[in-house]
Amino acid sequence: MEVKKRVQNLRVKENIRLNKRHFILELHSTESFPLMLPGQFVQVRVEDSPSTFLRRPFSIHSIDYTHQTLRLLIQVKGEGTRHLSGRQPGDTVNIVYPLGNSFSLPVTKEVLLVGGGCGVAPLLFLSQFLAQNHIRPVILLGFRTRDEVAELEEYARYGEVHVITDDGTQGEHGLVTDHSLFQRERLPFKKIYCCGPDAMMQSVAKIARMHKIDCEVSLENTMACGFGVCLCCVTPTDKGNERVCVEGPVFNINRLKW
Amino acid sequence: MPDLSVNIAGIPFKNPVTTASGTFGYGDEFSDFMDVGHLGGIFVKAVTGRNRDGNAYPRMAETASGMLNSVGLQNKGVDHFCREIYPRIRHFNTHIIVNVSGSTVEEYIEVAERINELDRIPAIELNISCPNVKQGGMAFGTIPAMATEVTAAVRRVYRKVLMVKLSPNVTSITDLARAVVDGGADVITLINTLLGMAIDAERRRPVLSTVTGGLSGPAIKPVALRMVWQVHKAVQVPVIGLGGIMNATDAIEFMLAGASAIQVGTANFIDPAASVKIIEGMNDYLVRHKIDSVANLTGALRTE
Repeated sequence: MEVKKRVQNLRVKENIRLNKRHFILELHSTESFPLMLPGQFVQVRVEDSPSTFLRRPFSIHSIDYTHQTLRLLIQVKGEGTRHLSGRQPGDTVNIVYPLGNSFSLPVTKEVLLVGGGCGVAPLLFLSQFLAQNHIRPVILLGFRTRDEVAELEEYARYGEVHVITDDGTQGEHGLVTDHSLFQRERLPFKKIYCCGPDAMMQSVAKIARMHKIDCEVSLENTMACGFGVCLCCVTPTDKGNERVCVEGPVFNINRLKW
Repeated sequence: MPDLSVNIAGIPFKNPVTTASGTFGYGDEFSDFMDVGHLGGIFVKAVTGRNRDGNAYPRMAETASGMLNSVGLQNKGVDHFCREIYPRIRHFNTHIIVNVSGSTVEEYIEVAERINELDRIPAIELNISCPNVKQGGMAFGTIPAMATEVTAAVRRVYRKVLMVKLSPNVTSITDLARAVVDGGADVITLINTLLGMAIDAERRRPVLSTVTGGLSGPAIKPVALRMVWQVHKAVQVPVIGLGGIMNATDAIEFMLAGASAIQVGTANFIDPAASVKIIEGMNDYLVRHKIDSVANLTGALRTE
């Protein structure tokens, strides 16, 4: 069933500061939500300011259909995200959603989720979705440093959580691909879902290929529209340049030119 | 109720609001957000002779009040358009106008001939102004003699209304306008994007893979208004204006400057329903100013 995309004003219910660089916007809808899938994203209008002209894309962090709230995990990167970080409960946020494709439902129970930095955002929603389908994944989360480690108890509700930090201040020390989960001759996974910086996803893809594990990654190319008409966010695939906002953001690594 | 209809080179449009090529896909991408049948017309994504993969990513940079793009005419070619896309959109209750692009005069002719066969397409918009392709594109739109040549060549094979989209990246826009009218253009659309550039100082690199790209959005509106005004005074053919139109007031300004119709471009990215809101807003303006027909606005700027 094709879900209709819509433009809608949502109300900020909570703005939760996780650390210096990250916050969660919890948005409430007065209308019931359309069906949304893990990996999909929303396009947020920042404000009517010359310097934040375009919408900002954010993947859906989690959804509560009962209370009609959705959460966005946002990293403060530039003026747009800085402005959003100042939104208060009661403020309105205009979004276009739901956009993009989604992670596929695995045919196996041996699932690994790998997230790095702000790339962990869609993995909480994916964990919830997997739990509904009776799959309890292993979840490996990479952060820069201890101060940025957040929401572990949320993930732990849905899977077995492992942490690694760049500086070793919490969990193991190094990049996600340095984690002991990967330092085995045979990896006990049949499916890997990955989201994070390109370099990280490419390293994970390399491991997945080496071990012949099916792997999906979520890309975050810069985009203007978010619904397939500007053709700015393309990535080279086996079918030529494809739109990250429509054919993606989730791609099986076999389809990418990595 | 004021009359919103306009007639452009013999084609009746239900209103002067159309959507700009490259910002509206083939129209069906917007069906979740609006009834495209409300629009005066849709200028669909550029069609070239063969499949074009476009330029490498990154293709976009946000700028103050606008954005740069260097998409590079990505499309699957005229064959694919006629076979796959046209049947999907031909039933739209609005005019579909195809933006025709190419690298050579022969390619423009080839595409125009194919589109000429499609009964539901009343006009083409010859794109001699794309700044993002190495060959052809903007070169045809910056040298008057070449603009005349390519327009005349397409004029010989294309039987319906021939629109030509001009580039603002010229010293004298009126020279180019006269050149395409000499070549047989029925309508002039302007402006395409302004050539620009964005730099990432931290990395000391250009933001776009192509270094330069085309600037669009409200940042270019004053330039566009000036050029529409100059061209309207210089030639007899109708002008369709575009460049940074975000709302009905912007659209009215283009009509006053001399446009017979307008195109909404970059605004579609930010508010997918922008174009239909502009139709409503123009109607309100006419009511408020007690103007019977939107056509009366064209060139009605008072400069004395």
